[in-house]
Amino acid sequence: MKTAILSDVHANLEALSACMAHARRQGAARFAFLGDLVGYGADPLACLDLIRGEVARGGLAVRGNHDDAALGGLCEDFNFIARDSAYWTRAQLGAAEREFLAALPLQQRDGDALYVHASAADPAAWEYITGLLAARRCLAATDAAIVFAGHVHQPLLFYTSGDGVKSFGARSGVAVPLSARRRWLALLGAAGQPRDGNPAAAYALFDAAARQLTQHRVPYDHATAARKILAAGLPAMLARRLAYGE
Amino acid sequence: MATLWRAVGPDGTVRLLKRPKLGPGSHPACFAGFETERMVLARLVGPNVPALIAAGDDGPDDSGPWLLEEWISGPSLVEAARRAPLPETEVVRLGMAVATALHAVHRQNVVHHDLKPQHILFRDDGTAVLIDFGLAAHGELPDFAADAADGAREMPLGTPAYIAPEPLRGERGNPKSDIFSLGVILYLLATGRLPFGAPESRGGMRRRLWLDPPRPRALRPELPEWLQEIIMRCLAVLPENRYATAAQVAHDLAHPEQVVITARGRNLQGGGWRAAARRWWKTVTAPPPVRRAAAEQLARAPHVLVAIDTEHETAALAAAMRQVVRRAASADSLARITCVNVIDATLSAGQEEAAELERGQRTQRLMALHHWARELALAPERLRFHVLEGGDAAAALLDYAHTQHVDQIVIGARGSSALRRLLGSVSARIAAEAPCTVTVVRITA
Repeated sequence: MKTAILSDVHANLEALSACMAHARRQGAARFAFLGDLVGYGADPLACLDLIRGEVARGGLAVRGNHDDAALGGLCEDFNFIARDSAYWTRAQLGAAEREFLAALPLQQRDGDALYVHASAADPAAWEYITGLLAARRCLAATDAAIVFAGHVHQPLLFYTSGDGVKSFGARSGVAVPLSARRRWLALLGAAGQPRDGNPAAAYALFDAAARQLTQHRVPYDHATAARKILAAGLPAMLARRLAYGE
Repeated sequence: MATLWRAVGPDGTVRLLKRPKLGPGSHPACFAGFETERMVLARLVGPNVPALIAAGDDGPDDSGPWLLEEWISGPSLVEAARRAPLPETEVVRLGMAVATALHAVHRQNVVHHDLKPQHILFRDDGTAVLIDFGLAAHGELPDFAADAADGAREMPLGTPAYIAPEPLRGERGNPKSDIFSLGVILYLLATGRLPFGAPESRGGMRRRLWLDPPRPRALRPELPEWLQEIIMRCLAVLPENRYATAAQVAHDLAHPEQVVITARGRNLQGGGWRAAARRWWKTVTAPPPVRRAAAEQLARAPHVLVAIDTEHETAALAAAMRQVVRRAASADSLARITCVNVIDATLSAGQEEAAELERGQRTQRLMALHHWARELALAPERLRFHVLEGGDAAAALLDYAHTQHVDQIVIGARGSSALRRLLGSVSARIAAEAPCTVTVVRITA
């Protein structure tokens, strides 16, 4: 079975729809969402509607720090722009959306795979995996053979090698076999707010039978997503960055 | 690194079963090699590699991972290497088969990194099959073999007698490292000796970073200069001085008269201590290598075939075609341009007088090709000229494109419709049936 995995949708309906359509064409049977479903983008309700539908159909979803922020709290560790958008998002959510987000687990196990937003090592600490050490901590915290995580908005694959951990930047569209004798940490790029210089939405397709992971980049209508952000009165920088993937 | 089994299926088909040596005391690289082979073979197709039939992570009774591969029954190159020095024609035949197989693997973005006679088998039709991809590097997949070696900090990855200079420095994934190993094999077949012996220490291996091996013609004076030129160009210390692709090696072996002979082919001695000192200095001061995937490197060295109709082509069409060729040559500085013309051999077959005429015609056409290419102003090294024979020009060109790994064909469209009616459209058929990109050049009215 093929699972399409999307991280950091960030209420970007155009990116979410484009990725879902692409994944369906690639034969995805279900969807998994790695958190940060909302925040930054202008379409939290429409995105949550789509995501809830997929979860009801056997999909998976975990909670991210921006989902937490949309539910309440002071967001003290957020920068001003992120905080503004969190407060805006709070005002949009209805009871049903709040209930859905609040019920999401921080991590979810599915067979020998673990889905988490930031890191399996203390998921609620929202640690950014920016190097081999953090990747190693994440893998050490779980016995899952494969960990899927997001949060950093930059795709990178980590795997165990002897006593250490190595990293590998896979090209999009290339199926990488995840050898069963190693453990893997797949950091996914962001669907709704790419930051690696490429404005195309990122998601990955995991083929459990073949044990292969393919990262995809999907061009989408980021101009419309940006217009909606401006129209909603959200910080202009959140609209601008979508065009550059920064 | 693995145990090999001859597996016979219920229907009598024979396969090769490979299982890694696992368990306490086994080297981590053993399993990395097994994993790499499984991953790489799953990506490779074609007659030049064994087909991967199936693979699994665990066999019956917890017997561990396994690979089931096609059984290649033919002899290995070891048998020929034992008889070396071989006659020139056999060196060429074997060398072309190996170079062709190597190019097929490089085209699929894989560098073998352990090319040696033991890893080359032959099918009944003479096709070379490369086996054992345990040290291979795929341009788009993780490099497990390098990871394992990095952890162990041991000997370089490869076989001491055949390994190229740059993998000794830890560089991986350069297809030219395989071309160096191909040079060692050609040297062995031609002279019966290994150019650098079979050193056992790292220091012994590193000697090839600056010292030239004895020239093949110093060991066997009857060897032609062009063969030494080909071998020594494969064995160049710096990768950029080697052939850009294995296809170019095969092409030169197939057309020795076209090989441009330099001091490398003529001299009976190497560069002496001055050259050695220069190379040593270059080696110790060389910047860390930039890794480029094999497929990317090959893409920069395309083989462009220019089909030239010396009889009917107008000056305007010739100029337009040269413009296209010039663009291709400047876009890819390693592109090799082969100019060809086809003569109708069937007309003169069987008559002695006609044979004489044909020879004259061939020479005249070759001259015309050289004349055509003069205005390209390209280095002679990048140009090749051939007159093909055949009543059917399109078939002759297509056949050449297939056997010589052509990446692009440039051909002119026949301008006048009367001519097209009379002779048929060669370019249309080429465009439809070629195994590669075809550029049909037409003059805009």
